[in-house]
Amino acid sequence: MNDGPVDPQRQRQVVSALRAALPEHCVLHRGEDTRPYECDGLTLYRQLPMAVVMPESESQVALVLKLCHAMQVPVVPRGAGTGLSGGALPHASGVLLSMAKFNRIVAIDRRARTATVQPGVRNLAISEAAAPHGLYYAPDPSSQIACTIGGNVAENSGGVHCLKYGLTVHNVMRVRALTVEGEAIEFGGCALDSPGLDLLAVVVGSEGMLAVTTEVTVKLVPMPQLARCIMASFAEVTHACHAVAALIAAGIIPAGLEMLDQAASRLVEPFAHAGYDLDAAAVLLCESDGTPEEVSDEIEHMSAVLRAAHATRLQVSSTESERLRFWAGRKNAFPAAGRASPAYYCMDGTIPRRHLAQMLLAIQAMEIKYNLQCPNVFHAGDGNLHPLILFDDSDADSVARAEQFGTEILEKTVQLGGTISGEHGVGVEKLNQMCSQFDRNTLDAFVGVKRAFDPSGLLNPGKVVPSLHRCAEYGRMRVHGGAVPFPELSRF
Amino acid sequence: MLAAVAALSEQIRAAVVDRKSLRVRAGGSKDFYGNTPQGAVLDPRVISGIVSYEPSELAMAAYCGTPLAEVEAVLAAQGQMLAFEPPHFGDGATIGGCIASGLAGPRRASAGYTHGGVRDFILGAKLLDGRAQLLSFGGMVMKNVAGYDVARLLAGSLGVLGVIIEAAFKVVPRPGAETTLQFVLNEGAALDQLNAWGGQPLPISASAWQAGTLHVRLSGSASAINAAVTRLGGDLIEPAAATRFWYQLREHSEPFFGGDAPLWRLSLPPGAVPVELGEEQLIEWGGALRWIRSRCPTAQIRARAHALGGHATLFRGGERTHPVFTPLAPALNAIHRRLRAQFDPHSIFDCGRLYPEMHDASHAR
Repeated sequence: MNDGPVDPQRQRQVVSALRAALPEHCVLHRGEDTRPYECDGLTLYRQLPMAVVMPESESQVALVLKLCHAMQVPVVPRGAGTGLSGGALPHASGVLLSMAKFNRIVAIDRRARTATVQPGVRNLAISEAAAPHGLYYAPDPSSQIACTIGGNVAENSGGVHCLKYGLTVHNVMRVRALTVEGEAIEFGGCALDSPGLDLLAVVVGSEGMLAVTTEVTVKLVPMPQLARCIMASFAEVTHACHAVAALIAAGIIPAGLEMLDQAASRLVEPFAHAGYDLDAAAVLLCESDGTPEEVSDEIEHMSAVLRAAHATRLQVSSTESERLRFWAGRKNAFPAAGRASPAYYCMDGTIPRRHLAQMLLAIQAMEIKYNLQCPNVFHAGDGNLHPLILFDDSDADSVARAEQFGTEILEKTVQLGGTISGEHGVGVEKLNQMCSQFDRNTLDAFVGVKRAFDPSGLLNPGKVVPSLHRCAEYGRMRVHGGAVPFPELSRF
Repeated sequence: MLAAVAALSEQIRAAVVDRKSLRVRAGGSKDFYGNTPQGAVLDPRVISGIVSYEPSELAMAAYCGTPLAEVEAVLAAQGQMLAFEPPHFGDGATIGGCIASGLAGPRRASAGYTHGGVRDFILGAKLLDGRAQLLSFGGMVMKNVAGYDVARLLAGSLGVLGVIIEAAFKVVPRPGAETTLQFVLNEGAALDQLNAWGGQPLPISASAWQAGTLHVRLSGSASAINAAVTRLGGDLIEPAAATRFWYQLREHSEPFFGGDAPLWRLSLPPGAVPVELGEEQLIEWGGALRWIRSRCPTAQIRARAHALGGHATLFRGGERTHPVFTPLAPALNAIHRRLRAQFDPHSIFDCGRLYPEMHDASHAR
C-alpha cells in the first residue's frame, strides 16, 4: 500500500519548524531513520512519513500539535506499533507522533485501586507494578508484553479475560489528552462517572483520531486467589461451538473461554509444547478463577456441562505451571503462525456465539476456494474470531488470494449479524467493510463525531471512516467481483 | 414499528419547520432529574417491545418504550438480569429512559462481571437524530470496535443527541446466592474497611453506610459467599429484610431520601476521605457515591467535591437557581456543543435539562 512519495520541499519546511521546537534527537526525517515507522503490525500496508517526532514531555507534544495545526500537517499518533489494522500507518504528508518515550508509571493508588501511567507504558508492566499490592490490570491482549496502554486506549483492546473482566473501555477511568489544537483536556475521572456526556466512551477505541492521549488512569482489580483451567477435546468443531453456548446458558461466565481448531493446535504444539490433543477437531480452554471453594464448585459445574456437550476428553490443570502451559499455546499462536508460514493475515470479526459453527464451516470452504490454510484460534466466549490466513508474501497471487479470503470472512461476519472488528480496530484495513456494516447516514454521523473533536481533520486522517466515493467504488467492485481490494486511501 | 418511527420522524420534521423544541419524555419517572426541561413532549412509548433476546448470547435488544419492569421480568424468567440494577423511580420507567438517564443502582460498584454502570453494558443503539435520520451504532455482539462507540455515549445523554429508538445491551446471569451482613462502624472506619475489602478478591455486590451502620451485600456462588462470611464477620441480615433494604435503597424509598432538604449526589474516588459538610449522609458504591442532605451553598459543595477528585449533582429538591450538574471545563464544553450540533443541527432537542448553554450554537459548526 502506498499513499505516494514524500514531497521534499514541504518536508524541509515542516522538519525545520519541528527542529526549532524540539531537541534535535526528537525529530527524524531521513529515510533510513523513518523506515522503522513505515508500518505497524499490519505489514501489508507501508508508507514513509514526512517526519517522525519523539517528544519527551506533554508540553513538547502540545508544541508539535500546535505547529502541525498551524501548518495544516496531518498527525498520526503511534504507541508500540503492534496494532493489526494499520491504525498507525503513516501519512505521506504527515508527521508520525511516537509516544514511545512516555514510559513512566506515574502512580499506583493502592487504596483507590488505580494506576496512573503514561501512554507508552506496556500493558503487562502495569500488572507487574501492581502485583505487590495483590492487584492487576485485567485486559490482556496477546501482545501484552509489547503493546502500550496508549495503543490499548486507541483500539479498545480486549484479551482472553475480557469475557469476565471487560474490555479496555470498561477498565480505563480517565484519559488525559491533547486536542488537535494542542489544548489539554481530561475525559472521565477517578470517580465512577463524570458530568456531561460520556466522551471517554467515544475516545476509547477512537484509533487516535479524536485526541492524543498523554496520561491514562486504569482500574486495578484484586488478583484471584486461585485460577484453574480445563482443556476439553471435541471430535467435531460443531460440538465445541455448542459447548460454548451451553456454558453461557448454564449461567457460567468463565474467566477465559478460548478455542483452537485442529489446524491451530497442530500449528502451535511443536512451538509451545502445551500438551494439546492433536487428534481433537477442536480444543476448548475454559478457565475458572476466584476463591478455592468457588473454583472447585465452578470447575465441577463446567466439567459437567462440557461432558454433556460431547467433550471427548477433559484435563483440569492441577498446578499453576500446568495452567500456564495450557495457555502457552494460545498466547503463542501468532509467533507459531509466523514460523510455519512466510506470512499470515490475522482477521478479527465478532459474531453471535450461536453462529460460531456455521462460520467455522464457511471458513473451511473458503480454504479450498482460495487454496490457502486458515487455522482458527479465538475468543470463543465473546464470539470473537481470529482466523489466521497463511500465505506467501513474496507471491503476488498468494497475497491477492489472502486479501480476498479476508474480505470474504469479514463480509460473512456482517451477514451473520456480527461486526468486522472485535478488538483490532478498523484502521486502513477494514475501511471497505465499514461500507457493508454501516449505512451512509451512520458513517456520516461518525464523520460528525470526528469533526466535533477535531474540526480540522488533521488527527490520523483517512482511517476508520470510509468516504462516500470509496463506498461507491467498493459497492461496484463487489457487484462486478473485481479483484482490487485496496483503492487509494481516502481522506476527509 | 416502522409507522411509529415515521410518526416520531414527522414530529421532528414539523419541529424543524416550526422552529420549536422537543423534549423526549416517556413515563416521566425521572422528571425530577436534571435542570428544568423545555419544549413540547415527544413520547417514544409508541415504540415498545423486546426485539430480540437469546439467553445464551447474554444480550437483549428492546425498543425504547419497553417498560423497565417488563425487561427485568423477561430476564428473570431465564435466570438473568441487568447488571447495573437500575432504579425505576416510579411505575412508568422505560428502558429508553433508563439508558438516557444513565442512572445505576447499588450493584454499580460490585466485584466481578457485574461491575459497571449503564454505559458499560450498552452494545448498540438506534438513534433518531435532529434531522429525523435513523442511525444505527454498535450491534448485538460483546466486542465491537467498528466505528466510534456512539451507543455508549447515549447512556446518560438525557436526550440531547436524539431519540433512542432501540437499544441492545449485555445481560448477566443472576447470582446463585446473596447474603447481607451488617457492621457497626463510624464513617471513617467504614470507608477504610470498604476500600481495604475492595482490594481483596471478595464477592461484594453492594454496600451502604448510614448513621454508624454498614450494610454489605455478597453475591455469587454459595461456596464463595460462605467463605466471605467467615472472613468478614458481621451480623447476618434475614433474607427478606435484606431484599427490602436494597430495594428501598435503589428506589430512594429509604427514610434517608424522604423530606425536603436538598439531596446532593457526590460522585468521588472511592478512597476519598469523609466529605465533612456537616450534614446527614448515606454512602454507597464502596465509598464512590456519597448522598448528602445539605443546605450548604452550591459553590461550597461543588468546591468540596472537586477537591476530593469528583463532582456534585443537585439530585432532588433545593433551589434551582444554579445548574444542577457540575459545569464543564471549556475544552470539554466546546466538544459538547459541537457534538450536539452534529447530531441536532437545528437545535430541536431540548438540552436545557443537561446543560442550558449547549443551546448556544455559536461554537457549533
